Amino acid sequence: MNGRVLQYLVLTLVLLFLIGPFFIIVAAGLSAGESLAFPPQGLSFRWVIKVFQIDSFRDSFALSMALAVFGTLAALFLGVPIAYALARYKLPFAETLRTVVSAPIIVPGIIVGLALLRYLVVPLDVEVVTALFAAHTALVLPYAVRVVSASLNNLRSDIEEAAVLLGASRLGAFFRVVLPNIRSGILAAFILGFVTSFNQVPVSLFLSGPGVRTLPIDMISYLETTYDPSVAALAALLAFLSIAIVFLAERFLGFSRYV
Amino acid sequence: MSDFLQLESLTLAYGKSIAVESLDLSVSRGELVAFLGPSGCGKSTTMRAIAGLMKSRAGQIRLDARDITRTPANKRNVGMVFQSYALFPHLSVAENVAFGLRLKRMARQDLQARVEEGLSIVGLTEFATRMPAELSGGQQQRVALARALVMDPKVLLLDEPLSNLDARLRLEMRSELQRVQKQTGLTMIFVTHDQVEALSLADRIVVMNQGRVEQIGTPEQIYNHPTTRFVADFVGFENIFSTSDLHRLSVNSPSDPTNPAPAPLPLQTPAQALPDTDGLAWRPASVVLGRGNYQGTIVGSAFAGTVREYLLQTELGPVRADVNADLPAFHAGSDVCFDLPIDKAVSLSSLS
Repeated sequence: MNGRVLQYLVLTLVLLFLIGPFFIIVAAGLSAGESLAFPPQGLSFRWVIKVFQIDSFRDSFALSMALAVFGTLAALFLGVPIAYALARYKLPFAETLRTVVSAPIIVPGIIVGLALLRYLVVPLDVEVVTALFAAHTALVLPYAVRVVSASLNNLRSDIEEAAVLLGASRLGAFFRVVLPNIRSGILAAFILGFVTSFNQVPVSLFLSGPGVRTLPIDMISYLETTYDPSVAALAALLAFLSIAIVFLAERFLGFSRYV
Repeated sequence: MSDFLQLESLTLAYGKSIAVESLDLSVSRGELVAFLGPSGCGKSTTMRAIAGLMKSRAGQIRLDARDITRTPANKRNVGMVFQSYALFPHLSVAENVAFGLRLKRMARQDLQARVEEGLSIVGLTEFATRMPAELSGGQQQRVALARALVMDPKVLLLDEPLSNLDARLRLEMRSELQRVQKQTGLTMIFVTHDQVEALSLADRIVVMNQGRVEQIGTPEQIYNHPTTRFVADFVGFENIFSTSDLHRLSVNSPSDPTNPAPAPLPLQTPAQALPDTDGLAWRPASVVLGRGNYQGTIVGSAFAGTVREYLLQTELGPVRADVNADLPAFHAGSDVCFDLPIDKAVSLSSLS
């Protein structure tokens, strides 16, 4: 009996620890007060409305969106062929390739960011946006390879041979038979990659330049100068956006199978 | 047209390991041929080579008077039903069947008619809109068969067509395949490790072992007249002895002095009867216990309904004998004489 009570207590504490901050942020964002505080003073939508009036947020949101969408697309463009090659062929350096591709997950972002800045951006004088795009592509690539690999491993390879014997070329078989069957895996990889890229802080921190900031970086620097609840309101909005995306993905794709 | 499909000294290899060595085979148009052998004997590899899914190391494949050795798989017009059926999971039954026809850019109406015809041959007309995952294994296999048939292939290859089905479906599919083959006059080759499957379905059987052809023949020839040790053992002639051993040991007098004079020798000893063969083989049911001019000791016996199965230790080696269970039983450890009737033996040209 006591064991049961203890179990529920631990469970409640863990859940509180995991989702408690979310409620705090939402409450803080809906505050009527002048500064970021919890518990909120009063209730109003003024800070939510203000979020949409801050120009830099609009710009950085657009940049983050573009990076997330195009970086993830680029990662899939590279990742799908890599996953396919790893799944179907006995490559001589398969393990090495797997490790290299997974490296950005294992190596701390702060090191990746510093390394990219020191050895790529500075010596080659790369544009800030280009550097960010390359970095985000690399960061998302491991997820793309992993998730797509998982769905390729569930797909029998003999359907490609069947397609070839029915007259398709090898490439045709890939597009007609393989791609349609890993579609949901690719979509799951896209969503995971999108969220990863969108929430990326440490690497972007090093690569952001004058006037070019991703949204999370912009929020940090906004906080440094202005300590009002609009950041909390923005964070809450983003959280709801993420929840909506993951909910839809789970509803239509069974997202959790791939992650 | 006894050489519709011809394999000439075909050699196949995976890297350095040779899977099939210098295989020769002719198949005539409309024939149903079985490749029979244990796993790893090269039967599936040979089939994949005919389909073009496997490059040959040496030799030639000719189909319908054309050399197709270097023709890519998608240009050979060879159909295949995979062991796993390999249906396209994202396409409906009708779209699976239409897949190859669409690639041929067949006109919509012809295509529709073809698909319907294909589905009706395998009796799946009312399943056209189903997805593969909604079908049973037997139905999936028939979809795979229809998908290959509508392409009007020159040869249809079937990989272990009955092995994934339960006993009842197996019988059903067997007659289905025979019916389709009669109806279409298609040349078919199927691969199996199950001799019953090969014997009951094929016009001709190619028995393979370790990348080589052991024997080619009709089911009757294979079953009743095996010519090599491997085939003899495979179809149940489990007692295989070299002719010289038989000759030497049959003239030995019995070692048990209380049991004098063995039964009279057969008119001819085996070696004299078949002087030019390496060996002779008997089914366990042909071995006679209790009389004869060979000696052995019973080391094991088991009751199996209509027969009692004995294992004997003899100077020839172990001998298996199935004896009518109505006859009095021999006990383990007892010495018995036994006979290997020459009229029940098959002669083997090769004992290796």
